Amino acid sequence: MTILVIAEHNNQTLALATGNTLAAAQALASKTGSEVALLVAGEDCQSVVEEAASTQGVAKVWVANCAALKQQLAENLAPLVVDLVAEKGISHVLVSSTAAGKNIAPRLAALLDVAQISDLIEVIDADTFVRPIYAGNALATIKSSDAVKVLTVRSTAFEAIEFSGGDALIESLSDAVDQGLSRFISEEVVASDRPELTSAKVIISGGRGMKNGDNFVLLEKVADKIGAAVGASRAAVDAGFVSNDMQVGQTGKIVAPDLYIAVGISGAIQHLAGMKDSKIIVAINTDEEAPIFNVADYGLQADLFDVLPELEAAL
Amino acid sequence: MKVLVAVKRVVDANVQIRVKSDNSGVDVSNVKMSINPFCEIAVEEAVRLKESGVAEEVIVVSVGDDACQEQLRTALALGADRAIQVKAESELQPLAIAKLLSKIVEREEVSLAILGKQSIDGDNNQTGQMLAALAGMSQGTFASSLEIKDGEAIVTREIDGGLQKVALKLPSLITTDLRLNEPRFASLPNIMKAKRKPLVQITPEELAVDISPRLTTLEINTPAARAVGERVANVAELVEKLKVEGVL
Ligand SMILES: Cc1cc2nc3c(=O)[nH]c(=O)nc-3n(C[C@H](O)[C@H](O)[C@H](O)COP(=O)(O)OP(=O)(O)OC[C@H]3O[C@@H](n4cnc5c(N)ncnc54)[C@H](O)[C@@H]3O)c2cc1C
Ligand SMILES: Nc1ncnc2c1ncn2[C@@H]1O[C@H](COP(=O)(O)O)[C@@H](O)[C@H]1O
Repeated sequence: MTILVIAEHNNQTLALATGNTLAAAQALASKTGSEVALLVAGEDCQSVVEEAASTQGVAKVWVANCAALKQQLAENLAPLVVDLVAEKGISHVLVSSTAAGKNIAPRLAALLDVAQISDLIEVIDADTFVRPIYAGNALATIKSSDAVKVLTVRSTAFEAIEFSGGDALIESLSDAVDQGLSRFISEEVVASDRPELTSAKVIISGGRGMKNGDNFVLLEKVADKIGAAVGASRAAVDAGFVSNDMQVGQTGKIVAPDLYIAVGISGAIQHLAGMKDSKIIVAINTDEEAPIFNVADYGLQADLFDVLPELEAAL
Repeated sequence: MKVLVAVKRVVDANVQIRVKSDNSGVDVSNVKMSINPFCEIAVEEAVRLKESGVAEEVIVVSVGDDACQEQLRTALALGADRAIQVKAESELQPLAIAKLLSKIVEREEVSLAILGKQSIDGDNNQTGQMLAALAGMSQGTFASSLEIKDGEAIVTREIDGGLQKVALKLPSLITTDLRLNEPRFASLPNIMKAKRKPLVQITPEELAVDISPRLTTLEINTPAARAVGERVANVAELVEKLKVEGVL
């Protein structure tokens, strides 16, 4: 049988999260004796196909290259994968637990008439998986009775494999049909020279305690010294200090860097859900009672407006 | 245009849940229950569409036991016109819920279905996309803005890198993100009025939907707790510690 991973990409390069999802697929493959295939669906995505084919542990790369798949709209992509599953004898479809992955996976599962399993963090066997529920406060071990399993993979639980060292067979698929249901208008992607939040080794995040968006410069200065990504709490995003793509938490991004520095963040359950698997957590907060201190390896009870310039100078 | 909103009764966002000692589930006895926050945003959006004359009727649906009537009444107090409870004694899985909702979308000839992006108990983030698939609708997930124009829904979506704008043919399915709107509070007169708004019950059998579960929960565990940390006195000490840890 074949385990299919749907690649996430921008028609130029593979998303880093696809490396984590492939790692999960290979963990599964080692238990089931299956091979791993990667689907690259897009338009003018030849560089992605090459990257995909040179990824270790990938046996096959299936390519669907047509205008209807340019933005990988779920309405057009899902039926294509349904056909692929039927034609190729696929037992599992794995997708990253990113905004794009979460958009497509349930649509695909429903068309296949199977359940979808969200946020895989551990593979027990071909049918049994572990996933967090209740903002990560409980871990559920679940067994699926469906013939095909559709799963989204939590990136932080699987160490990404490199897009190199492989030599996969490339096979072209027929074009997808434009279902005529949806149309892409535009995209505003926040450009930044800093590392991507979900793959950064160090993250420094600010909360409502930052008081305004301009003060995030204080965090950015520290971030630039140590090559960190900058994150935020929901309160900071809702207040308009920073953009939505920076939100860490249950309903934002899930991160697990080597070092997470929470600045002016109280540590609500929903925020902790997004960062409590970080290796080392530092909390900087004036409130001695702030719950963030309960998960912090190192807590500094002090005013962030004093601490951040000092920290920048010390690094 | 008719708008359907699906609401789920969940453990309140502020409750710190506990795993049962026999690992069979999460202890939800005697904890505060609420309408899922993302569903509250969905109700608000639908009510605004009605207030602006775009929608004629807002139908709110919940799948659950009789306790979920409380959340349906909340939605009615916030401005929904009528409510449907699909009776289910046990908690159903997203695929089954999506099938039930799809039948209602069809029966009621709904032009727009608005769901939350995620229930904060199961953290599934599935039901909306599944409903869209089953009903053959376009989907605008994680919406932070919605506008109905010339028979299309123009939706701004929160994606990982920023924002994406799409045009969706009606009928369409929208799931709400946190920034879509700020839900209102129900006023006392509206809470009173909501008691007299229609609420009907219907069974999965009447909708001819197979709700048998596809997933079995074998056990529920508590994640490993983090080791107790320490306080540092100043920045110098902090930097020193982080260097020793090898993370700086
Ligand atoms: C459905 C739902 C989903 C949610 N999803 C998320 C999510 O994904 N991510 C998320 O983060 N939240 C989420 N939340 C919100 C969450 O519940 C909290 O409201 C939010 O995390 C609080 O953000 P905060 O810590 O920045 O603000 P606050 O709780 O207001 O904390 C601010 C902190 O700053 C400290 N402070 C103030 N001034 C200073 C100073 N000068 N120096 C040092 N410290 C200072 C204060 O002591 C305080 O502890 C969600 C909530 C709901 C209901
Ligand atoms: N039992 C339910 N009854 C009504 N709507 C539901 C139910 N479960 C989920 N939904 C809807 O689906 C959304 C996403 O839920 P989920 O897929 O469980 O994360 C929720 O915000 C609701 O709008």
